Amino acid sequence: MTWILFILFSVVATGGAVGVVTGRNPVASLLFMVATLASVAGIYVLLEAHFLAAVQVIVYAGAIMVLFLFVIMLLNLGHDYQADVKYGLWFLLAFVVAGLTAGALTMGFSDAEATGFGDVAAGEAIDAAVLEKGAVGAIADPLFTDYVVAFELTGLLLLVAVVAAVALAKPRNRRGTDAG
Amino acid sequence: MLVEHALLLSALLFVIGSLGVVVRRNAIIVFLCIELQLNAVNLAFTAISRHVGIEGQVFVFFVMTVAAAEAAVGLAVIISIFRHYGTVGVDKFNLLKW
Repeated sequence: MTWILFILFSVVATGGAVGVVTGRNPVASLLFMVATLASVAGIYVLLEAHFLAAVQVIVYAGAIMVLFLFVIMLLNLGHDYQADVKYGLWFLLAFVVAGLTAGALTMGFSDAEATGFGDVAAGEAIDAAVLEKGAVGAIADPLFTDYVVAFELTGLLLLVAVVAAVALAKPRNRRGTDAG
Repeated sequence: MLVEHALLLSALLFVIGSLGVVVRRNAIIVFLCIELQLNAVNLAFTAISRHVGIEGQVFVFFVMTVAAAEAAVGLAVIISIFRHYGTVGVDKFNLLKW
């Protein structure tokens, strides 16, 4: 059952990713992206990361993709069907680089498989923590103890991002100088 | 076994994303492809957390936050560029090119 679901989710995720790259309409690309994100959330569930699956659907597929959709609608790019793929040297170079990356990543990961990286018991430790503290508590515990500084800095980063986004997207004033 | 296959899937998604970043001209789709790459890395982190510990999932949490901040600022930049040039084609922005 796990394998059937994994294959289903992988096929949808890969197909969605190809759709994002080849889609002519930005809105179609965006909807393919949502399909990919949802299937990756499904794979998170198969990997027993239930909290991350929920966050993936709520934050990524919900909030960030809607933000993209707002921008597409705001700039009126929804009926933009012109082909915008760079052909020629760039196209060739892209495929060479993609092939090299794929080879390097696959080699690195199969190396890791051969040497048996990490500790297989770590997965069972995670399952035990989830049973004991719940799906959220298992992540919240290290987040608010070992990584609390990083967590606070992330909050600061979000604040800076909000201020920067408002300052950048604000319309110019009447004299034509930069706003903000 | 599931972990290894999830890692291979994440490599595939990352490569498709990087292909899109180089090949497409529409700045919004380039941005979507960057999100795809971030997502592939998240998948790799989650898969490896089965062998290394819960820290992998904590890092995914941080990557998601940074991705949200990056999307907000990046889309504001795209809006500002569109207001200036009237297009979002990345080959039209050549002010810093020599």
